[in-house]
Amino acid sequence: MFKKLAIIIISVFLFAFNANAGSDNELTINKDQPKKIKDCFEKLNRATFAFNQSLDKTVIKPIAKGYRKLPDPVQKATSNAVNNLSNLITIPNNVLQGDIKLAFINTGRLVVNTTIGILGTIDVANKMGFPKYIKEDYGQTLGTWGVGPGCYLVLPVLGPSNLRDTAGSFVNVMGGDPWYNASVHGNNEFLSEQIYITSKALSGISFRSNNIESLDNFEKNSIDFYASVKSLYTQDRENKIKNNQRGNIEVLYKNEEDWEEIDSQ
Amino acid sequence: MKKIILILLLLNLNNHVYSIEPDIFVQSTVNRASQILSKNISKEQKIDELKNIAKETVDIKGVGYYSLGSTRKALNEDQKKQYLFLFENYFLKSFSSRLSEYTNPEIDVRNKEVLNKNYTIVNSILVATENRPEVKIDWRIYTKNPNNPLIRDLIIEGLSLARTQKEEFASILNSNDGDINALFKTLEEFSKK
Repeated sequence: MFKKLAIIIISVFLFAFNANAGSDNELTINKDQPKKIKDCFEKLNRATFAFNQSLDKTVIKPIAKGYRKLPDPVQKATSNAVNNLSNLITIPNNVLQGDIKLAFINTGRLVVNTTIGILGTIDVANKMGFPKYIKEDYGQTLGTWGVGPGCYLVLPVLGPSNLRDTAGSFVNVMGGDPWYNASVHGNNEFLSEQIYITSKALSGISFRSNNIESLDNFEKNSIDFYASVKSLYTQDRENKIKNNQRGNIEVLYKNEEDWEEIDSQ
Repeated sequence: MKKIILILLLLNLNNHVYSIEPDIFVQSTVNRASQILSKNISKEQKIDELKNIAKETVDIKGVGYYSLGSTRKALNEDQKKQYLFLFENYFLKSFSSRLSEYTNPEIDVRNKEVLNKNYTIVNSILVATENRPEVKIDWRIYTKNPNNPLIRDLIIEGLSLARTQKEEFASILNSNDGDINALFKTLEEFSKK
């Protein structure tokens, strides 16, 4: 089902809206200077964004609020388990980005948490002093290889993305996500497509429940919420691609030209 | 000659006495804001007091010009005046409203990094509570006048509020063929809400 959905989404955006023609060749190799994302499909994106917001208000947010009423240990275990599964995508991407040491560490984390941590529900690795877990995905790997973001996209249900990251997500269902392969094509009695979809839905609900107030606050104080979300998504992806979350202030604040021009004193 | 040296020495001493370290400035500002947020007063009173702190500690004019991007160069003097007036009202409302949602936030200043003579980044942590994880907040402090440091940006978990605002403004201008009056109208409407 996800494979079909992804194919439909990609086909709609690439063919019906002629993405390559609109992107000014931004989806090209450009390692050091990721360019600003162009909003080639703004009208359609805004319509999808409005649809997603309605869906959020009527379905997702109420579920997220209900999820929050579950006992804390249940929420924590769920969040740990879906995080643990994401290692299956992070590890191959560590390798693709040449971070072999981190790939070994994350493999150790996955083994420890899946076994001693009872299917990932307890983050034993964290308690053992493993380094902080940082997710990686195929979109980030493409970014570190120098592929620019391409046009900004808002995907139905899934939310903000861009051509590069959508292509990266597509890799998951083309064999890049062992969890998807085992669930959907594994031919075993324990896993199924429903379990895969449930795990992805839980991951989304867990994220949403952690951000109810902050997103409400942000929406209330925005003059163009669509543009705000686009900006935040773009900044977040830039940081993740540059691995800024590993703490490198010089990288994060390298671009000073815009600020240097402003003189108010 | 002795007199000149003495005057220079005194001037230098004077400079050191009043120069404020950016990290101390940030800690003192957040402590003031925190005190207001934990007071037993109405939300409206809190917003008014937070606005006063913002007026003293944020370079509203600088943030306003930054948010406008290259469009600021195309404005005439009257438009600049009008923009700065509208921006200040918009900014104070947005800033104080965002902050007023927090009750008794605890922020610890951890480190600082001097980028150049005009800017220092101060690193801080919004301490975790039962409902929310720890949040990393960096402050871009404008230090051109070391005696009067001013906040120009808050970077929350790597996401710059000033850049987000700038891209929001650009989006409004793009949707209206670059018409600055459309932005003026949006800012005015937001402030009246």
